[in-house]
Amino acid sequence: MKPRRVITEAPVAAHIIFWIIGALLLVAAPHLLRVPLWISAASVLLGAWRVWGVRRPAALPGKAVRVILMFAALAGVLLTYGTVFGRDAGTALLLVMLSLKLLEMRTRRDVLVVIFLGYFLVLTQFLYSQSIFIGAYLLLVVLAITATLIGLHRQGAQLAPMANLRLASVLLLQALPLMLALYVLFPRISGPLIGLPKDAFGAGTGLDDEMAPGRISDLRQSGAVAFRVEFSGAPPDAGQRYWRGPVLWLTDGVTWSPGAGAANAAPVQIDVSGEPVNYDVTLEAHNRDWLFALDIPATVPDIGRITEDLQLLAHEPVKSRVRYKMTSYTQYRNGVAAQNGLRRALQLPPDANPRLRALAGSWRAEIADDEKLMQRALDFFRDQPFYYTLKPPLLVDRPHPMDDFLFSTRRGFCEHYSSAFAMLMRAAGIPARVVLGYQGGEMNPLGNYMIVRQSDAHAWAEVWLGEKGWVRVDPTGVIPPARVEINTDAAAQVAEVTPLIDLAQAAALVNAWQQLRFGWDAVNNTWNLWVLGYSAARQQQLFTQLGLDSWTKLGLGLLVALGLPFLFVAAHMLLRRSGRRDPAVALYQRYCNKLARARIVRRPSEGALDFALRVARLRPDLATQTNLITALYCALRYSPTPPAHALRQLRQFVQAFRA
Amino acid sequence: MKDLLDKAVKQAGEIILGKEHALRLALACLIARGHLLIEDIPGVGKTTLAHVLATILGLKFNRIQFTSDLLPSDILGVSVYERDSGQFKFHPGPIFAQVILADEVNRATPKTQSALLEAMEEHQVTIEGETRKLPEPFFVIATQNPGHLVGTFPLPESQLDRFMMRLELGYPGAQAERELLKSRDRRELIAGIKPALGAAQLLEIQAQVPRVHVADALLDYVQALLEFSRSSPKYLSGLSPRAGLSVLRAAQAWACMAGRNAVLPEDVQAVLPSVVNHRLRSAGEHMGRAVQAAASQLLNAVAIP
Repeated sequence: MKPRRVITEAPVAAHIIFWIIGALLLVAAPHLLRVPLWISAASVLLGAWRVWGVRRPAALPGKAVRVILMFAALAGVLLTYGTVFGRDAGTALLLVMLSLKLLEMRTRRDVLVVIFLGYFLVLTQFLYSQSIFIGAYLLLVVLAITATLIGLHRQGAQLAPMANLRLASVLLLQALPLMLALYVLFPRISGPLIGLPKDAFGAGTGLDDEMAPGRISDLRQSGAVAFRVEFSGAPPDAGQRYWRGPVLWLTDGVTWSPGAGAANAAPVQIDVSGEPVNYDVTLEAHNRDWLFALDIPATVPDIGRITEDLQLLAHEPVKSRVRYKMTSYTQYRNGVAAQNGLRRALQLPPDANPRLRALAGSWRAEIADDEKLMQRALDFFRDQPFYYTLKPPLLVDRPHPMDDFLFSTRRGFCEHYSSAFAMLMRAAGIPARVVLGYQGGEMNPLGNYMIVRQSDAHAWAEVWLGEKGWVRVDPTGVIPPARVEINTDAAAQVAEVTPLIDLAQAAALVNAWQQLRFGWDAVNNTWNLWVLGYSAARQQQLFTQLGLDSWTKLGLGLLVALGLPFLFVAAHMLLRRSGRRDPAVALYQRYCNKLARARIVRRPSEGALDFALRVARLRPDLATQTNLITALYCALRYSPTPPAHALRQLRQFVQAFRA
Repeated sequence: MKDLLDKAVKQAGEIILGKEHALRLALACLIARGHLLIEDIPGVGKTTLAHVLATILGLKFNRIQFTSDLLPSDILGVSVYERDSGQFKFHPGPIFAQVILADEVNRATPKTQSALLEAMEEHQVTIEGETRKLPEPFFVIATQNPGHLVGTFPLPESQLDRFMMRLELGYPGAQAERELLKSRDRRELIAGIKPALGAAQLLEIQAQVPRVHVADALLDYVQALLEFSRSSPKYLSGLSPRAGLSVLRAAQAWACMAGRNAVLPEDVQAVLPSVVNHRLRSAGEHMGRAVQAAASQLLNAVAIP
């Protein structure tokens, strides 16, 4: 038999292994729900294998098996993701390799490696979510890992999980001021994180730049926040809350798209009247470059530009939450239109939707005035049996979808109405375009800001009425309420539940739910603004306010902010030690310090008499003084009745003492 | 008082050569009303030292040679039926003396050892249901051979704890040894010494010892020492409160012998090794030399507050 290599380090106790696996399970839990099933299953199985191995060490795999498993895991990740780099693949690889590492966790050193990898795994969670919930959860997880680390170092002492947790909490609390100081003062990197893999920005929810019937209806089911608005003054009336987004010019008879050249920049010259509305928008990431503003924007935020058709476009796609200042006017005359622009606003595919063209042609024959014709079209939607529904019949595969909508199905929502209306106008020779954005928004009374959700996504039309310029028309709005079918899932659920409880209770329940939602959103908003929104620009602003406008001053500030607490703690400890200190001790200490400068150092355990003997031996010239001081000190400190004036004498002698 | 004690040490020093520190410690132990254990290999003068001490103090002393067949009644005494009076009469054993020289105490069986040790603790003995007081002052000077020698019954820890100090004599220095080899027989010299103290004087000195002042600062130091011995992983078990009391009492005696009316940290440091070295169990070590190092480790590790 081959002699086995002797493991010099002690093997790790079973309870430590249970703790580690428990803590790692907590760290990995959000990942386990996210990564492909085989990786979650493999990780959990490997962990279970290790737990089994505590009872039966022989069940743990040998080196060869571990190497094979390692390559298998690597190959699996490569096959699944096509790479081992990037956020998703990297996280999956880390997860499965960490689980494999558990199998060879035998000594203390291995455990330390696993624990530190666990801390790293905590960090990777933030690549996916930075919400309060995840933050709080990960704090708990860090507590658990830290307690495990403490447990590892206390091994052999007593097994006290609660004591470990308590110590870990104390340690984390002590680290809190340091963490805050570093968070606030450490230079922040502006812009996207350098080196963060491309897939770190997942698909955000939001509007698309193409409009086909059905696109928005998916969005309308989503309660996710699109953006939040803080008004400086009173918020605009409910009827004015149109948040302008992409403008669509080009249609193929069913789908609308921006068309070429739509994003040209142009000088903005709009006649505005009435009171300006000033506000700040905090826009959630949506991975496109639109910035939303109340119709119509009168200023351009510094992170973007404005186009001829009054779209606000950011310089970079909005991959993280941004905040910008805006001013808008709700009363205006938008006469901005290049000749080219009006011609583009008349484009229609020549052979699509013949009945629609015929209808528009018949109106044109009757009515000469553009505005009256527009009114005629709106009347058509109102008087004919058109229904508003979020689950309309599918139209896309038909040869003339808009004809079907206008004359047979007659069921649709904002996309259908704005699209059909704009096509009718174009067919009648009136320039028209479709505008996407959001309509509405609810005020959060707890935070005094407005929440605009994805479910507020909307589409409307703009028509060119000569003198009046571009006029906003919302054909969806003319459908009488009686013909509006609310059949979103949430509404359906409420409808099901309502019969079970009486109406007053239901109202109270809805009210309470609403309050809860507002409260939670207010907390989230604060978190976004003050924690996640603490950007380089905000930091700069704070530094300027604090007078730390140069790097030297900043460095100094950092030093003070970090150094002061340490000084405070040190001073506290010193003061506490010397709090009930005898003045004789302080004087004697001074004498010892003087001797220490002459390289005669008293050991802490050396008595005063012994020290005096040593001093006298080393420096006979100091013997007399030393003996006097020592005698006085001993008398003051240990004798029942120290001689009068002894303290004063001691002070004089110590002051006069020169070594 | 200091002069008296100095004189006693000087007289003893003429017989026990080159062991002044051990002599002083032994004397300190006795005036602090402690019992003394002298441990070393045979032939380094344990018995002589005990003998000299008893003689110098001018007390009535009895020597008991412990052997493995010694019985408790050989120490305590026994009641014998007297035909003349027709009654049992108690014949007191050698324990009824002021100083007991218990020679080679660990050669006796545990039963006999405990008879002696009970007397040490209570200063009285109970024989056949009758409790009898022992004379005052009363103390025991025991000698023992190191535990590893053949034919010994090592004293259990609980009984070792009853001795205030344990001294080790060690070999004499070259100078002392030469003088020893040249001079006359020790026994003759002992027979020739005059007591330096009497029982009354000794009692007076013993009464003085507890009155030596102990400042709070000094109690802090003693407590720090005890605490360190209990919390440090270097020791299997820390010092007991009784050990703490013994340290303090011995330090008072030491201060008294130095002619001071207050205890200084140096007094504690001087007596500590002898007081604790039979009570402190060093982790991974047995009683013996290594413990001596443990006691000085303790002194070095604890700062004087």
